[in-house]
Amino acid sequence: MITSKRPAAGVCALLAALTAGIVFPTAAVAGEPTGETAPKVDLVVDVSGSMRTRDIDGGTRMAAAKQAFNEVLDATPEEVQLGIRTLGADYPGDDRKRGCKDTAQLYPVGPLDRTEAKTAVATLSPTGWTPIGPALLKAADDLDSGGDSGTGSKRIVLISDGEDTCAPLDPCEVAREIAAKGIGLTIDTLGLVPNAKMRQQLSCIAEATGGTYTSVEHTDELTDRVNQLVDRAADPVVTPVATQGATECAGAPTLKSGLYTDREEFGQQRWYRVEVPAGRELRASVSVAADRAVGPSYGTLLRAVTVHGREIVRGEAAGNGRTDVLSTGLRYPKPERDDDSDGDKPAAEIVCLQVTNSFAPASGVKTTPGLPLELTVDVVDGPSNASDVASFGLGRGWWLLGALILTGFLAGLVWGWLSRWRLAVWRTN
Amino acid sequence: MWMTRVLSASLLMLGLAAAPAVADSSPSPSASGDSAAPAAAGTSFRTATEIEQGRTATANGSAGDYLYWSFPADSGQRPTVKATVKLPGTHAAETWQVDVYDGLRRRQSCQYGAQIRTAAAGAASVDLTCVLRTVRAWSEQWANDPLPGTYYVRLTVTELTTGDLGLPVDTELRVDSKDIGGAAAVDGSLAEPLVPGIAVRSEAQESQSESGDSSDSAVLSSIEPDDGWSSGWWSDRWVWTAIGGVLAALAGIGGYALTRGSGRPSRVPPGA
Repeated sequence: MITSKRPAAGVCALLAALTAGIVFPTAAVAGEPTGETAPKVDLVVDVSGSMRTRDIDGGTRMAAAKQAFNEVLDATPEEVQLGIRTLGADYPGDDRKRGCKDTAQLYPVGPLDRTEAKTAVATLSPTGWTPIGPALLKAADDLDSGGDSGTGSKRIVLISDGEDTCAPLDPCEVAREIAAKGIGLTIDTLGLVPNAKMRQQLSCIAEATGGTYTSVEHTDELTDRVNQLVDRAADPVVTPVATQGATECAGAPTLKSGLYTDREEFGQQRWYRVEVPAGRELRASVSVAADRAVGPSYGTLLRAVTVHGREIVRGEAAGNGRTDVLSTGLRYPKPERDDDSDGDKPAAEIVCLQVTNSFAPASGVKTTPGLPLELTVDVVDGPSNASDVASFGLGRGWWLLGALILTGFLAGLVWGWLSRWRLAVWRTN
Repeated sequence: MWMTRVLSASLLMLGLAAAPAVADSSPSPSASGDSAAPAAAGTSFRTATEIEQGRTATANGSAGDYLYWSFPADSGQRPTVKATVKLPGTHAAETWQVDVYDGLRRRQSCQYGAQIRTAAAGAASVDLTCVLRTVRAWSEQWANDPLPGTYYVRLTVTELTTGDLGLPVDTELRVDSKDIGGAAAVDGSLAEPLVPGIAVRSEAQESQSESGDSSDSAVLSSIEPDDGWSSGWWSDRWVWTAIGGVLAALAGIGGYALTRGSGRPSRVPPGA
């Protein structure tokens, strides 16, 4: 059974590969990194007046930040393009409008000249306001500019010692909108000697983009953490391809193997299509991220449905409490075709994938843009299915031995008696 | 005669085949050392740090981070995930949780072990354990049984006071497996292990070998056990069945001999 299926599967796989190669000769494999785009990091440092406070290891917060920056600049890996942006560095006055525009690029994102960068850092002195939101927007532009839209990883590291002083622009929503642009950007935040409100704001910014928040009380903690974040940016990582699911299967985008990202609003459903040739297996997994405050209980459902609406298989996940993502997945091995028709193209089935979520927004949280959704699709060779519970139908254990011994013994007895009987019959004749 | 020769030869082969498997199932920690164990953790499924079984991985993080690792588990193994979180000197009570997901990002249940634990205020550390189900070579598509492939571990704090958010913590993670062996040997097998992105990887390899381009590209998961994925045909069921066959043959000879008495028919007069 199994062996007879193998060659057929191989032929189908070959045909599928050939046809795929013919139909999409130049299509880039989704999720494949180009490798040329360097990881980019923009350090955004708060240079507001409060950085003068002397409460980190006996020195000012500014001194701690400068020392950390010097060490980080020394340790930055070659391939990382590093930039530095300041907020609140230039305008000392009381005009809120001007103070809230006060953000400047201290060192442009690009190949790093350590001496120049260090000289630039040395000039900083604590001055003005804390316009986090505008600074983040500008920092995102810093990373996104430079000709290439860039598939390398992008990170903003925000170092601040106070919450945003430029309401009503909520930096948390700014962060979410930056993430929704789909440029694959992560914001990590560090709070210097933080208070409760600042912790909440900075961790909200981090969560909105899948980043991390750290409280810092000592210089070495700051150095270690920033170094860690820069190193993390240098790690090669697969960049998802942005796609947009439809509201029903008809007209949904057809996906090939790869990693995709999309946005799904609360209660919305997203449909995608995948072609699964006979004898191949579809593997799909989906993660819906909670990038904002959500209700305490939530769920995600991924269904594989035929074009006629019959459900094939589903993956479901539910949870409660604090979480970053909720994910589930499914497998669908499309059986071999039974008829040996000599069709030169293996019959491919269109499988519709439906993603729904049952997250609920916490009160007062904006519902747009939608929750980030990550979808992996793999179409691989089909499994060889089991024809028995046990491996090759083999047995195991003392009961098996007992049964075999008993059977063998009885067979021996019967054989012995038979031959005696035959001997006796032969004798009498 | 040929029967015994074939049987003994096949038993010898089986023994040889079994020997490396047995040797591998008990990795000695001193042989490889912890030098290569990663000292960082990822922050999402996509960036999960790949670790090997039998090594202690460490990571520094902040309370509130979601730390991700991934490890390979092959059929017949029953992995145990152990995580230790060293908490800062002063803190309020906080609850930590370890979750394990398979290669399809489906949450895997823990058979037993303290998966969620609350550290009392000021406690120095908290230990979490999750003993997974045995990994099978095959399961029906509608089941979420553990299958060979990548497994993700997520370690995070689920309840904490705002004052403790972002404080530095040190974590340790170790995955060990118990070899369940033939008892878990099922029929059927996957063509490819449940490693995310494996289809993309093989396509990329094909195009690389065609174009001669060998640049390393990032993959979702490049995980593989030290000795490769098991092909799935071997299990100790072969030994059991073979031994059963031999014993049945011996018992058959015994039963036959019993009916023949002591070698000479009793009715035949001596000296005939």
